[in-house]
Amino acid sequence: MIRRRHLLAATASALGAPAIVERANAQSAFDWKQFKGQSIEVNYQLSPRGDIAKAHIKDFEELTGIKVGFEQIPEQQQRPKVAMEMATGHPSFDVVNVGMHVQKRLIERASWMADLRPLIADKSLTAADFDQADFSKPSMDVATAPDGKLNVLPLNQDLFILFWNKELFAQKGLQSPPATLDELMTMAHQLTDASKGQYGFVGRGLKNANMTFWDDILLKWDQETVTPDGRKLLTDTPAAVEAATWYQKIMRECAPPGVIGFNWNECQTTFMQGRAAIWWDGIGFSAPMLDPNKSKVVGKIGFAPDPAGKVRNCATFIDGIGIPATAKNKKPAWLFVQWVTGKKMLTEVLRTGSGTPARLSCYAQTDVIKGSAFPPEWFETTQTSLNMARSGLPVIVPVTEFRDTLGTAITNIVAGGDPAGELKKATAAFQPVLDKSNEA
Amino acid sequence: MSTTTATTLSRPVTTRGHAYARHYWAFAVPAAVVVLLVILFPWVFTIFMSLHDWKVTGATPFVGFANYAKMLQDERFLWAIVRTLWFTAATVIAPVLLGVWAAVCFASQFKLRGLARTLFVLPMMATPVAIALVWTMMFHPQLGVLNYLLTSVGLPPSSWVYASSSVIPTLVMVETWQWTPLVMLIVLGGIASLPQEPYEAAILDGASAWQMFRHITLPLAWPFIMVATVIRLIDALKTFDTIYVITLGGPGTSSETINILLYQTAFAYYDLGYGSAIVVVFFLLILLISLLLLRVRQREAWR
Repeated sequence: MIRRRHLLAATASALGAPAIVERANAQSAFDWKQFKGQSIEVNYQLSPRGDIAKAHIKDFEELTGIKVGFEQIPEQQQRPKVAMEMATGHPSFDVVNVGMHVQKRLIERASWMADLRPLIADKSLTAADFDQADFSKPSMDVATAPDGKLNVLPLNQDLFILFWNKELFAQKGLQSPPATLDELMTMAHQLTDASKGQYGFVGRGLKNANMTFWDDILLKWDQETVTPDGRKLLTDTPAAVEAATWYQKIMRECAPPGVIGFNWNECQTTFMQGRAAIWWDGIGFSAPMLDPNKSKVVGKIGFAPDPAGKVRNCATFIDGIGIPATAKNKKPAWLFVQWVTGKKMLTEVLRTGSGTPARLSCYAQTDVIKGSAFPPEWFETTQTSLNMARSGLPVIVPVTEFRDTLGTAITNIVAGGDPAGELKKATAAFQPVLDKSNEA
Repeated sequence: MSTTTATTLSRPVTTRGHAYARHYWAFAVPAAVVVLLVILFPWVFTIFMSLHDWKVTGATPFVGFANYAKMLQDERFLWAIVRTLWFTAATVIAPVLLGVWAAVCFASQFKLRGLARTLFVLPMMATPVAIALVWTMMFHPQLGVLNYLLTSVGLPPSSWVYASSSVIPTLVMVETWQWTPLVMLIVLGGIASLPQEPYEAAILDGASAWQMFRHITLPLAWPFIMVATVIRLIDALKTFDTIYVITLGGPGTSSETINILLYQTAFAYYDLGYGSAIVVVFFLLILLISLLLLRVRQREAWR
């Protein structure tokens, strides 16, 4: 027997059903078109990540109907440009790519960025499959300020690794890449034959640029460059001197002449031309080496994780993407940030070897790995490195000045200076700058 | 007597000037506003910033002359001054000597002179940054074409910009290559305008080519050479693009001139106060050197 109450309930649910269905649909089919017709300005550092984003801008414009103005500038010019525009309070961009290993503390101190948490929490603005928990913990730690504010979303987690030339190794009867610093030193000497223009090793020597590399070496002594509170430099400790001495030895005895002026691009050219057997640098520089138009080592190149010292680890440098606090079009900008840090785009970054995204699910997609131009060894190296990654460069405001001052000392050391003396002098010169930055 | 004449002569001019000023002052307003906004205001503001501890973030407290005092103890700044002066001297002297020589050569008649002149001025036409990037590739110690050329004729390879000892001479070479044509053009213009009579007389008297150059061309073309020198000097003092692109001031700080240092200070370290103070001092330095040269030139002209 149908009771009146049941009938009423059934009618009510039948009437309410369309609303529920609609809401369910809204969840499954996120409304990407909600800001159709609006336009945003996007500012990127020049990098393979920027290239990938630029190549897919049309997809985003079709998906959302938002028009994108896209600008890519080399990082040395982009950083000051961003800083100056942020300082005026009227930046010309709605989305900006920042190097958190250089600008993290400055961004936090100056409150440049909009907090992304409310945007992520808003169901009408964030697709259900966005999955914030998918980002690696070290990358989220860097993206988040001490007070919990989420300044950026991690775009890339660059990792230092070894590139090695299998052919040159085989010529000397060597089969596998070095696993420790000592092995690396020995092999580099074996592989060097200066009379033939062959060198066992190449790495950054140019001031400022060399600090990421030297910091990575120092991490093998289980030591950072600054105390965790960011107040005291640790760059003249016995471990720092040992790391600098190791660096001096390999650069002077196994690297090509002129290496003190080498940034990553000179190192890359030297390695791609088969003139150096080992190059130690960021994994983000892999792609051109597999391009037969640019590289003479295609098919001969091996990838290996950082060698172990007292401990085994590798430096990671994270860059992110965020929205200025004073941006005019925050909501459409958020759709861009959401799209470019989404699973699809970051998987594309990984597939093309344009970077090593901080999203862990990208690495679980075996079909992507199989379809990639990169050998399985590259993906294994990435996985191993991600698991032992430690943040490189200190989290302080004057990172660039730190890199210049200490980097000059490191360059002088390669030119023949005394490691202990040079480090002591540079540390003494930079400590007051650090103190002053902590006062402000 | 002469004073009276001068006064009498100048009076109508002044009156007419006054009349112009009274009636047409409005025409000068747009220009004055532009000068005020784009030259005067930035200057006053730079001086203002140099007296403050001006960072990109936070407060900007007044610090008086602290930024200027800091300069005196800043080894990096003092070395940058020394390097700037040495780089400037070299990049003025070399292009002026070579430019004058080239102008004298191009002033004489020879086959394909037009083509040779065109080829000679090509470096000047190119964008400095693009040029600098090409040079950087050529300087690569192992893979650059320059060391290939050196070693193929049996000479030892050079480190070019990749060693502290050779970086400034190498940069001077690039600047000389690019700016000699400018000096040549100015001086050539001067030589072309010289009267032919002194040369004809000299030839009749049996003067040699060197004597004609030394006693006719050089004195007559001197004002043009001075103009070229002043232009070259100001350009050399403010060289930025070549150094920035090729070496970024390195290796270490071996090629860091004041321009590079102040750019780094203001835009990489965000220390706008100290950066502004460096700019002010640098401006005074340029002003001083330019005035000195102009004075020399005026004396020469009136002699």
